[in-house]
Amino acid sequence: MSEKRLMKGNEAFAIAAIRNGCRFYFGYPITPQNEIPEYMSRELNKAGGQFLQAESELAAVNMAFGAACAGGKVLLSSSSPGIALMQEGMSYMCSVQVPIVILNVMRGGPGVGTIQPGQADYNQVTRGGGNGDYHIIVYAPSSIQEAVDMIGKAYEVAEEYRNPVIIAVDGMIGQMMEPVVLPEDKGGMSEDEIDAAKPWALTGHKDRRDRNVIKSLHLKQDELEDLINEYWPKYERAERELADYEAINVEGADVVFVAYGSSARVTVEAMELLKEQGINAGLIRPKTLWPFPEKAFDLISDDVKKVISVELSQGQMIYDVRLAMKGRHEVDLINRVGGMLLSPAEIAERTIKMMGGAE
Amino acid sequence: MAMEPLFEVTKGMREDITTYCPGCTHGIAHRLIMEALEERGALGKAIGVSPVGCSIVAHQYMNVDMVESAHGRAPAVASGIKRVHPDHYVFTYQGDGDLASIGTGEIVHAAHRGEKICTFFINNAIFGMTGGQMAPTSLLGQKTTTTVEGRKKEVNGSPLRMAELIATVEGAVYVERVSLHSPAAVRKAKKAINKALDVQEKGQGFAFVEFLSTCPTNWGLSPAKALDFVSEKMIPYYPLGKIKDTTWENIEVEEEGR
Amino acid sequence: MATTRMLLAGFGGQGVLLIGQMIAYTAMYEEKEVTWMPSYGPEMRGGTANCTVVVSDKPIASPLPSAYDVLLAMNEPSLNRYLDELRPGGDLFINSSIIHKPVERDDINVYYVDTVRLAHEIVGNEKTANMVMLGAIIKKTGVISMDEMGKTFEKLMTGKKAKLIEPNRKALDAWTE
Repeated sequence: MSEKRLMKGNEAFAIAAIRNGCRFYFGYPITPQNEIPEYMSRELNKAGGQFLQAESELAAVNMAFGAACAGGKVLLSSSSPGIALMQEGMSYMCSVQVPIVILNVMRGGPGVGTIQPGQADYNQVTRGGGNGDYHIIVYAPSSIQEAVDMIGKAYEVAEEYRNPVIIAVDGMIGQMMEPVVLPEDKGGMSEDEIDAAKPWALTGHKDRRDRNVIKSLHLKQDELEDLINEYWPKYERAERELADYEAINVEGADVVFVAYGSSARVTVEAMELLKEQGINAGLIRPKTLWPFPEKAFDLISDDVKKVISVELSQGQMIYDVRLAMKGRHEVDLINRVGGMLLSPAEIAERTIKMMGGAE
Repeated sequence: MAMEPLFEVTKGMREDITTYCPGCTHGIAHRLIMEALEERGALGKAIGVSPVGCSIVAHQYMNVDMVESAHGRAPAVASGIKRVHPDHYVFTYQGDGDLASIGTGEIVHAAHRGEKICTFFINNAIFGMTGGQMAPTSLLGQKTTTTVEGRKKEVNGSPLRMAELIATVEGAVYVERVSLHSPAAVRKAKKAINKALDVQEKGQGFAFVEFLSTCPTNWGLSPAKALDFVSEKMIPYYPLGKIKDTTWENIEVEEEGR
Repeated sequence: MATTRMLLAGFGGQGVLLIGQMIAYTAMYEEKEVTWMPSYGPEMRGGTANCTVVVSDKPIASPLPSAYDVLLAMNEPSLNRYLDELRPGGDLFINSSIIHKPVERDDINVYYVDTVRLAHEIVGNEKTANMVMLGAIIKKTGVISMDEMGKTFEKLMTGKKAKLIEPNRKALDAWTE
């Protein structure tokens, strides 16, 4: 085990990617994630990798696409408006099934919006803005340590499922410092290792095999339908096997909050304030946003008084929460938007108000 | 006595008959690039990036590892591939809608970074695959499905000379415009391809070859007339020849001459 | 100590973020839980700079608390902006080198630290003014131990920076009530 280090989130994410074998990074400057490309520009070459600052997010996602097609282990990072520009590339990555890990250090929107933290990209990352039938697997860490651990998991899942995986953090977790234990270095892959592990990758046929083609155009519609039906079960498997959550004091709670990422941290503190007021509150914290951990909601008792989605958005996850509640109880929203953050006191006050005053 | 073959189809082309229209010169460009790669024993270590446009299907014919890119993004995709396999030949094959319209950012910046890749740019002055719409390269007065009265300078601007534009970028070390309208022109085109591959092999920088090409179907011309259109209409606006060569050999020659 | 929530604020360039990081590193070396969260964005340059530090012996829920136990105001705008966020009974540290107005709250402990003068007279280096303030905060709040803070300097200031350890240690001790 390596020792604890005090690190800024963004730097910890970058080093975690390198330690998990990432050797290729592409990105374009955008706040609040600039420490990631800065760190990569200093450290990735030393690890035998390649850092490339793209001319745009559009170019960055396509460079990443090329490197992933060539069998490289790739990290791509950006923040909300930049991720919007990358949606086309993600659709392509899904259509040809190349693995990649993407970090979205989210800020408030829409438009240029603000550089302050936000969670209004929930729909963007879980539903996607790209065309066609696909899913992106989305992890939502709520601490730097959890993000570092999830980056390792994300590389495993991306390679196993041959699909893009997004780590959705917000500016708060990207910018703050916390003690963190980093993983051991797994090392990069040689071309022979790529050939062995990824027989589909573009490595040059070397007159030893037929040429590999990575294509997403299928002019014959029956071919495309067959292809989608062929790879679709992996998404069903992801729903069964990857959905993950943390449940705190959910069974028997009067109020159940649903919150992810930094909002979940703030909610945990609000729960303590509510406890002082005699209100028994619980939390479901989705660790994966897609697949959404619907099973967690079975823990909620039928006599729950309030189910509240806590979000830094106008209410995006709330639709998944309602689906997961299957109509058993209505779902309320406590939120801030535009880069404004919720404080524990505000969550507690608004909860008490929703419940009709202090008990 | 065994007969020595004088000519064989390159192993760089697969046996499929191309689905390009009769008289289209994509097939010639494909063959020239694959021949050049075969001649240097590089088919097994070449990776191509095809565009969106008619030649998205280039991989059906080119016998090398290939990927289809999103519209206009081939130079970015190739830049990513080259990072993973720096000792491979990486090339993009792009039409004028792809490269000169939606993909101007990517091509300029691939040149700007001096990417050690080759770009083979097919200029046929029109959008082929989508059905003959105006391209940035369409000639003034040229009738297309989106300029039915002919391209007008006041409305659509003047045709974009991509080779000249790319040549202004420091990282582009070799830029040449060739044509595919005659046997002599085709031989020159092959030379340019070889030169571009040399530039990449030696890691000198970005190499760009523009091919004046035909689109008889969307031009509404017979294959033979289409070749005339290239020589009579296109070449006067898009002059052939080496536009830039700042490769090391060339610079050395200049220094010796001083 | 269960949890200490601190808000440290001043002008960019006064070393406020560094004060926070020093506390954060030392708390980590003391095996405590800690978060450090900076304000970020354009106002980092020349405008106000602030960070929050939360030190606790249990996992920290939010790096952005609702109220603070400790407020550091290195300049007057910070004092005006954040005074209300200090809880009753909390500790306010004032950089009296440049803040001359009286504090209009009587439910808190106020400590005046003439950082620049002390850095000049005792250390002989005005650049250590922020470390003079750090020393004052450690002495009054006990959020971390002074001994461990000294060790943190030794861990972080290596090579060419090693010569900075002595003046920084001196600065930590410069202020007395």
